[in-house]
Amino acid sequence: MASYTLQINGKSLTADVDADTPLLWVLRDHLGLVGTKYGCGIAQCGACTVHLNGNAIRSCSVPVSAIGVGKVTTIEGLSEKGDHPVQQAWSEVDVPQCGYCQAGQIMSAAALLAKNPKPTKDQIDTAMNGNICRCGTYHRIHEAITLASSKH
Amino acid sequence: MSTLLKTNRRDFLKMATTATGGLILGFHWSNAEASSMKVLKTASLPVDDANFNSYLSISSDNIITIFSPNPELGQNIKTSFPMIVAEELEADWKNVKVIQAALDTKKFERQLTGGSGAIPHSWERLRKAGATAKQMLVEAAAKRWNVSAASLKAENSFVIDVASGKKLTYGELATEASSIAVPADVKLKDKKDFKLIGTAVHNVDNLEMITGKPLYGLDFYREGMLFAMIQRPPAFGTKIKSVDSTAAKAMSGVVDVVTFKNNVAIVGKSTWQINKARKVLKVEYEKEGNIESTSDHDQIFKELLNSNEATVRRKDGDVDAAFKSAAKVISREYQCPFLSHSPMEPMNFFAHVREDGVELVGPCQLPDISRNETAKLLGIAPEKITLELTRLGGGFGRRLKSDYVLEAAELSSLIKAPVKVIWTREDDMTGGSYRPAVRYRFEAALDAGGNMIGYKLRGVGMNAGNPTREDNFPSGAVDNLLIDSIEHKSPITTGAWRAPITNFLAYAEQAFLDEVAVEAKQDPIQFRLNLLERAKKNPVGAIKYDIDRMKSVIELAKEKSNWGKNKKVHQGFSVYFSHRSYVAQVAEVAMKNGKPMIQKIYAAADCGIVINLSGAYQQVKGGIVDGMGHALFGNLTFKDGAVEQKNYNNYRLIRFKEVPEVEVHFVNNGIDPTGLGEPALPPTGGAIANAIFKATGKRLYNQPFNKQEEMQGVNLGEKL
Repeated sequence: MASYTLQINGKSLTADVDADTPLLWVLRDHLGLVGTKYGCGIAQCGACTVHLNGNAIRSCSVPVSAIGVGKVTTIEGLSEKGDHPVQQAWSEVDVPQCGYCQAGQIMSAAALLAKNPKPTKDQIDTAMNGNICRCGTYHRIHEAITLASSKH
Repeated sequence: MSTLLKTNRRDFLKMATTATGGLILGFHWSNAEASSMKVLKTASLPVDDANFNSYLSISSDNIITIFSPNPELGQNIKTSFPMIVAEELEADWKNVKVIQAALDTKKFERQLTGGSGAIPHSWERLRKAGATAKQMLVEAAAKRWNVSAASLKAENSFVIDVASGKKLTYGELATEASSIAVPADVKLKDKKDFKLIGTAVHNVDNLEMITGKPLYGLDFYREGMLFAMIQRPPAFGTKIKSVDSTAAKAMSGVVDVVTFKNNVAIVGKSTWQINKARKVLKVEYEKEGNIESTSDHDQIFKELLNSNEATVRRKDGDVDAAFKSAAKVISREYQCPFLSHSPMEPMNFFAHVREDGVELVGPCQLPDISRNETAKLLGIAPEKITLELTRLGGGFGRRLKSDYVLEAAELSSLIKAPVKVIWTREDDMTGGSYRPAVRYRFEAALDAGGNMIGYKLRGVGMNAGNPTREDNFPSGAVDNLLIDSIEHKSPITTGAWRAPITNFLAYAEQAFLDEVAVEAKQDPIQFRLNLLERAKKNPVGAIKYDIDRMKSVIELAKEKSNWGKNKKVHQGFSVYFSHRSYVAQVAEVAMKNGKPMIQKIYAAADCGIVINLSGAYQQVKGGIVDGMGHALFGNLTFKDGAVEQKNYNNYRLIRFKEVPEVEVHFVNNGIDPTGLGEPALPPTGGAIANAIFKATGKRLYNQPFNKQEEMQGVNLGEKL
């Protein structure tokens, strides 16, 4: 066990965990940030997507010891009031069904639009292909990303 | 760590009782008859009143709170149920709050999710509940103004005096309304006056979901709670021989290792620590029953299809004579593999077994049954158990089973501590409860004029029960018909998977009828319409589907897809009746470099009145995506009793890029609403396979399509 101080959502948060503990479980079990979801544990489904220095990463497969001073943003820190343009678009399009994968979907979409505010259809397809939605809300996710992009 | 999930019934009751006045109307979700309703004043809210099944409350500051009893797993019941109440109440939807109710068999009936049955069950009851409260509010205003109730109208959470225009909010009237006698009879709105029903209303949990609030079972934490993972036998038909937990117990964060039944539970302080400890656990297994592989099943299926010992499900006319006299006989076989339900939130449940009672918290589809099974397991009365429902991160039928609830309860009773049992994705894929593998043989006898004079269906399945739907189409339309089935009892456990049985039966049937239509030299849609016409004129035996409703979705799909008129694409048709609703689909396939690609799917659905247009559109689209994904890719195979696909690296689910355009239309017939959680899924595979045939001349008999020889090198999810 070691003490790790992480930069998460603009705050310094400390957790005493084993060095190999994935960021996902540090967030969920130790810091009470449960918006980031566990889906597969092997970086195949994208439910655990967070931002590390602005890049979308799968937090289930990144050990806490690899985070260092990197800036982590989770769904809880994407905006203060849930009004990030991507979140607004998600609400406007009424995307979620069960909703479990949606935090990961939103984080992938937000990372895409931060880097590429006007993505093509193909670019959206490629950026989102790592996030599974078992309910099949893919059409609405696409629509919401297009909507958020149009407001950029 | 603190308890992050705080919304529960007790919190709400406290809120209600501390409000300064207000109307709380107990309404029986199971029976919203006036005689069994009464007004409850906030000061004397009888928590255990057996006559009342739910609470609709109006606070003095005009907030309307509605409990939603049924488990929410993405079918959107938490939004559509309250919409129905609010419609009749003439409530301002902006001021309606919805709260998930805990399990309460005294207050609620049919508090479950399954079979797309919630809306048809509760439609009338919810309407009456809203209408009753509205009438009491109107009468309270009439009393205050000393006018006739008939001169008043309710609108947008106001009661308005039509002549003078003066008005009062529901909140202002709530306390007075609570002393009005509950009306014996209430008038429901004319359906043409619906303002909220039939519109697109956003999911009531949207903000919580898109901001990552704790909503799901896996998000539930409790101070002092322990975490547990369970090592189950790696192969069906095996049991524990020996356990060596020395190394696991020595791992940091591990509190205990407990063996019960065929389970070895690692109990500890965090998810990752127990996950690591599990990897050093040494368990030996030995054979307990049959050890089966997918290759065995293939053999068993062939034997059963030719067996003389089938259970007859339906017999009309003289099938043997019809087939003997036939000008042409067509016989085809179709097979599907096992499937994992794979809801995105893996199984989990919290249990705290104490001396004085048991607390259960988590996601399940049948909370009442889960509680009763827990009571039986622990040898206590069900009343000693509370069960709080979290939002379900998907279900697809997996959470109809209580196995993971019972594990948590049993483990908590053994370790005498609050514990949350967590399944990994691998546990979920290997742990049992699958869509059963099934094989069908369909046979049709055509006379010289291309009329189907005989029809036979045999279904054989692995723990599939009756894998036929003997009173569904085309039964009733064929003079001579025989439907029978045989079940193989396998150690591999199965369960209801979204649209049980019909998720593949519809495919096989609709692919077969397409082939028969071609043999009969008829247009596939006209062929089905002719059969329906035949069933209407002179039905053979009893049928469960409505002929006119099935025809109407067929006609609508035909019209919207411009059936047969677009020369650039190849169209395939399919129609199916399930769970009281009707859905027809047309799939369009384009050819690129000699390879087929699915471009678009049209759907025409009849679920009667659409409650929430937004939820309904997505329910159909999602059902189609689900049906397509599993028809194309879903494949769970076994080797020596063990699952070969353990996670999403080799168990393929449909992804973003692979989804075609989907266009949805609803039949607008004003009939009382039926469910939509399942009926859009069954027709999809057939529509796609039939379009692939049009495009390539190749028939697909087995799922998943991407494993069929005919589809090697083809990516059906590719777009033009």
